[in-house]
Amino acid sequence: MIHAITLLLAFQLAGEVLARLAGWPLPGPVLGMVGLLAAFAAFPRLHDLIQPTAQGFLAHLSLLFVPAGVGIIGHLGRLGRDGGPVALAIVISTLLAIAVGAGVFVGVARLTGAAR
Amino acid sequence: MTGFSEIWSYLAEGPLLWLSATLIAYAIGDALSRAAGRAAIVNPVLIAVGLLAALLMTTGTSYDTYFEGAQFVHFMLGPATVALAVPLYANRALVRAALLPMLAALVAGSLTAVVTALAIARAMGVSGETLISLAPKSATAPVALGVSQSIGGSPTLTAVLVILTGITGAVVATPLLNLLRIRDPRARGFATGVAAHGIGTARAFQRSETTGAFAGIGMGLNALLTALLVPLIIPFFI
Repeated sequence: MIHAITLLLAFQLAGEVLARLAGWPLPGPVLGMVGLLAAFAAFPRLHDLIQPTAQGFLAHLSLLFVPAGVGIIGHLGRLGRDGGPVALAIVISTLLAIAVGAGVFVGVARLTGAAR
Repeated sequence: MTGFSEIWSYLAEGPLLWLSATLIAYAIGDALSRAAGRAAIVNPVLIAVGLLAALLMTTGTSYDTYFEGAQFVHFMLGPATVALAVPLYANRALVRAALLPMLAALVAGSLTAVVTALAIARAMGVSGETLISLAPKSATAPVALGVSQSIGGSPTLTAVLVILTGITGAVVATPLLNLLRIRDPRARGFATGVAAHGIGTARAFQRSETTGAFAGIGMGLNALLTALLVPLIIPFFI
């Protein structure tokens, strides 16, 4: 487990350094994820090493955004003002994104013969 | 005997109190969610945030004091994002078999999520930091927070909007897709994961294993695409 955590942190660190050096607006951990994917492709055994720890992390993914969510107490005034429009934007855009995404998937699957 | 106020002032100085409170609040939220049969509307994060926010306000504790304890949980978002490479790699055979439909659906779904949210909110008078914070709402939380920070949004506001988006997606996905008569579980799962990240993915796993796996892939790929797209789209809206 220590090895797995060390690897996850090392890839995050490498991602942060690369993002800063290159001046990209990408978050360091996302670059770390891409790096880890490339490492899995080169050394498939790495995947078996990291998998149990990664699954533990991902099973409790929602716990990890509680501290940031509590930050809402600093935004209550703002949400009182913009709450309605923001809620409407979230609901409509989520409905549209699911409908468009699923529709395009089915359409392209039919065109390329990947349909079931 | 030590009085309660002395114990309180001792505990309020260290990270132990608020770190424990965060985990306990989440455990309560998780237990309630299980008791409700994992109904999407009884979201453990929403409950935990509500409990903690109420506790902070009644004890007059500032967010900065709270965060000194909670930062240890918050920090794990980084390694958790890196760990998303694991399900992506594990499902690479599924990804390869439906590569074109997935890439097309990814771009279409991700663009729709970002552009329509920004357009609707701006048309209704939302601007500045609030508008920027809304842009990465469909990406999984750790990525959305990182994107929000790097484009000048408010990560804490984005966290709340991400959670609301996930709950919305989990609630509407099944009835909407039934209404549209889309039956391919790959399409159903993938679109839900792209639009509503981990909360939508958890919901998709309740439908079937295939739906859930494709939702997980959609979430992972959209984490990447949102990080690339949002900085390019934002200048058109501010």
